Amino acid sequence: MRRIYLDYTATTPTHPEVVKAMLPYFTDAFGNASTIYSYGQEAKGAIEEARDKVADLIGAQSEEIVFTSGGTEADNFALEGVAFAKESKGNHIITSSVEHHAVIETCKFLERRGFRVTYLPVDEYGLVAPDDVKRAITDKTILISVMQANNEVGTMEPIAEIGKIAKEAGIYFHTDAVQTVGHIPVDVNELRVDLLSMSAHKLYGPKGVGALYIRKGTKLIPFMHGGEQERRRRASTENVPGIVGFGKATELAQHEMAEEAERLVYLRDQLTEGLLERIDYTRLNGHPIKRLPNNANISVDFVEGESMLLNLDLEGICASTGSACSSSSLEPSHVLRALGLSPEQAHGSLRFSLGKWTTEEEIGRVLEVLPKIVVKLRAMSPLLKSHR
Amino acid sequence: MRDVWSLYSEKVMEHFKNPRNVGEIENPDGIGHVGNPVCGDIMELYIKVNNNTIVDAKFKTFGCGAAIATSSMVTEMVKGKPIGEALEISNRAVAEALGGLPPIKMHCSVLAEEALKSAIEDYLAKNCGKENNGANEMPAEVGSNTKRRC
Repeated sequence: MRRIYLDYTATTPTHPEVVKAMLPYFTDAFGNASTIYSYGQEAKGAIEEARDKVADLIGAQSEEIVFTSGGTEADNFALEGVAFAKESKGNHIITSSVEHHAVIETCKFLERRGFRVTYLPVDEYGLVAPDDVKRAITDKTILISVMQANNEVGTMEPIAEIGKIAKEAGIYFHTDAVQTVGHIPVDVNELRVDLLSMSAHKLYGPKGVGALYIRKGTKLIPFMHGGEQERRRRASTENVPGIVGFGKATELAQHEMAEEAERLVYLRDQLTEGLLERIDYTRLNGHPIKRLPNNANISVDFVEGESMLLNLDLEGICASTGSACSSSSLEPSHVLRALGLSPEQAHGSLRFSLGKWTTEEEIGRVLEVLPKIVVKLRAMSPLLKSHR
Repeated sequence: MRDVWSLYSEKVMEHFKNPRNVGEIENPDGIGHVGNPVCGDIMELYIKVNNNTIVDAKFKTFGCGAAIATSSMVTEMVKGKPIGEALEISNRAVAEALGGLPPIKMHCSVLAEEALKSAIEDYLAKNCGKENNGANEMPAEVGSNTKRRC
């Protein structure tokens, strides 16, 4: 059976050209970039070239890019790095209630270390109100962290507006841009961010590599200790093939992004509208317009997400859910709950995220298959009966 | 690489794909309703009892693959069983009959056991005063459990 992959937000396949660019750095050009002989300098050169490309994609300067092991490390680095560097100045952090766990859990860790964290609520679409940010600022606030686009529901936050508020208040501003970089234009100066997290495998690069943009002059404690790499901000021998792959992926994204976003918006809307039309008691989650080009998140009443996913998988279709039946907490998605969805609705959510290899035919297949699955599952649902 | 990767055993998938005994029983002798929406699993189990034996069982479930499979399996396991024996069906027995469940899904088998127990208790509670009519005689072994409810 031909598989239909619609979970590009979870991860993307590595672009064949990216793989091709990476390969020499496993074998011929295997050097440690910290060494002075030619192998090392060759690796160093490749890293710096990649750094230029990553910086270029987000309007940054090369020396403001620190490579990490991924988006999660970039988030941890930004939050802990600033918190511990600014501890003497204040202990208050402002974030939103819809952040990725890499931010939320780091905030919880910091709370256990004596920091105070404000988790801002969002509206029914998942939007943070800039006025709420303003009101939450105290003289102890040292960092604001709000994601650029939500990974579950795709809502795009008003980052530039929050950036303006942060700048006026003289507070560091971090954004998790893991879902946006390489997909929509991102410019650190337009957004007025001091720190920005990225991940390579979300933009057709390899897994295990990401980066943190750190605006020149931003003070933060190094995340890893034990080496001089990355201007002493992140010790550890560089993942040269990964970094090269990340660079190549950003270069490809630069060229393809605009056209690709337009294509995906068309397919995404076809999918969302088609599903809402074909299945009753469904709704779109997230903002109808201010959303990622590739994200379609719907709630299907009276049925549970994992059982829909398994049925889709039996048809070769791979998607995602905010139902937490497969996580140990059993709690449904904190994002969907923050949007005001009931536990049942959150458990009945489905996320389709489209990408480079998604076709109109594949969308058609989902539109054909999912309504039948819902009919089957609703026939065994006790919730439908109590609703009627 | 394996050809097919699956979270669940073949048996679980088989019951998930073709669940047995889906639906409701008209005028059931006992109904069990367990679970809650926060956890994402709600099970309703209906039983028909004749001569102290469960002659039919049906279910309706809102839940994940394991919840549906355990509901299906437990209804299969109780059919034809005397009340006393049915009460002895444990969540482990349901999970084992399905070829095992991933550890984080064991709670679904607990839910299936609870749904069954709750349906039987409902039946016993409804039939407390009818010990002497013969048709739905209460088994001695669960008497202590049910007297409290009478």
